[in-house]
Amino acid sequence: MTVSFENLEELIGLVNNVHGVDLGGYSRASLKRRVSRILTIYHVDFAGLKDKLINSPGFFNTFLAEVTVNVTEMFRDPAFYKTLREEVFTYLATFPHIRVWSAGCATGEEVYSLAILLSKERLYERTFIYGTDVNTEVIDRAKQGIIDLKKMKTYSDNYLQTESGDSLSEYYAAKYDAAVIHHELRRNILFATHNLASDGVFNEFQLITCRNVLIYFDTDLQHRVTSLLHASLTLFGFLCLGAKETLATDHLKSKFRMVSKTHNIYQKIA
Amino acid sequence: MLELDSHITHRLRHIGVLILGGSAGGIKVLANMLKALPADLPFGILVVIHRNAKYETRFEEMLADQCRITIKVAEDKEAIRHAAAYFAPAGYHLLVEPDHKLSLDTSEPVHFCRPSIDVTMQSAADVYGASTAAILLSGANQDGAAGMAAIRRAGGLCIAQHPLDAEVDTMPAAAIASGAVHLALTSGELITFSQQLNNHIFRN
Repeated sequence: MTVSFENLEELIGLVNNVHGVDLGGYSRASLKRRVSRILTIYHVDFAGLKDKLINSPGFFNTFLAEVTVNVTEMFRDPAFYKTLREEVFTYLATFPHIRVWSAGCATGEEVYSLAILLSKERLYERTFIYGTDVNTEVIDRAKQGIIDLKKMKTYSDNYLQTESGDSLSEYYAAKYDAAVIHHELRRNILFATHNLASDGVFNEFQLITCRNVLIYFDTDLQHRVTSLLHASLTLFGFLCLGAKETLATDHLKSKFRMVSKTHNIYQKIA
Repeated sequence: MLELDSHITHRLRHIGVLILGGSAGGIKVLANMLKALPADLPFGILVVIHRNAKYETRFEEMLADQCRITIKVAEDKEAIRHAAAYFAPAGYHLLVEPDHKLSLDTSEPVHFCRPSIDVTMQSAADVYGASTAAILLSGANQDGAAGMAAIRRAGGLCIAQHPLDAEVDTMPAAAIASGAVHLALTSGELITFSQQLNNHIFRN
């Protein structure tokens, strides 16, 4: 089952009016696929979806979790993490305290990847990592620190390719079919909801990662979010975007130094 | 010269976007078709091929030197221009926005594929409707069949590489079995077809 672009605009209006969440800046092509997918999963037509959004308590969180793309991996793009360790961590080590923000962290795999990488480089003790997402369901999952054991094979391969010198199995305990991230790695992590489309600066960071989030926004919202990320960085702090994402404007580009073109890592210089 | 039915040439005159999909055994035909296209091609092309995100290739760069149209990797929120072919980057689905800009997407693979041919075809059909055209080449899975069906439903034009001519026939055969395909062509005919996509065919 699919929805039309007209349906989509109606839905965006409804969600904003009833639930106060503005999806108006989301890319329509992707949103259309997600909403069509929800109709199929829940066996409802468009009218039925609207009814559920208005009348079924709790359905909105499920809707939001399905409508946003939460596909993530530990150590996705291993070469990115290798570059981060080699080019950025030496610099991060010069800060007395390191605050990290993983913006749009979904179920937290990137947050735990960063924690592991920082721990290996003996930086984790003075680090605090914030993982945020618009959606409470995925944040609740992220907090648990439990990952499907079947996926750990791929993640271990990824980690091996970061050339960190040890094995991913050092950092979790296997229990039945789950991998539980070691407690000491979870001490300096806070997961919370934050909406990049409407919320503002909440702290000052030495490192921000926001990877494969901007592609789901239209050009206007991309401008808003990249400005927000810039404002949230300390001077000489680092920003990591997804491999296919860029700083929105030339004005913003002039405020950063390119650290890695391949992996879209920038350092704030103004 | 390839003789085409009038209902095909009629559709060719109204192409707004062309999607080229291919996988195992389809890459060489794809390259030869792109090389045959004229510099004044009056629409843009979206190319989706299956490849492993782990290996970096310079396929687009190599092709760019040998083609008259622009060849590039698609960028997020980039406008689709005439006489240009946009390749879906490895690891991303390629979508079309209502304002004819491109979007990248890292959602779940479809048929274990990201980019998926189905996803781009369905998204293009949503926006371009009856002016969508697609050519599905050799490949080893069913990706593309649902996309071709969506284009057919929207009133667009669907061409497949002839299964007997395809190195791996699963992909074009699945699309033909879905009933979506207007025309099946051999690789030789596909190249002739590409050469014919010049202004002459649109003026007649």
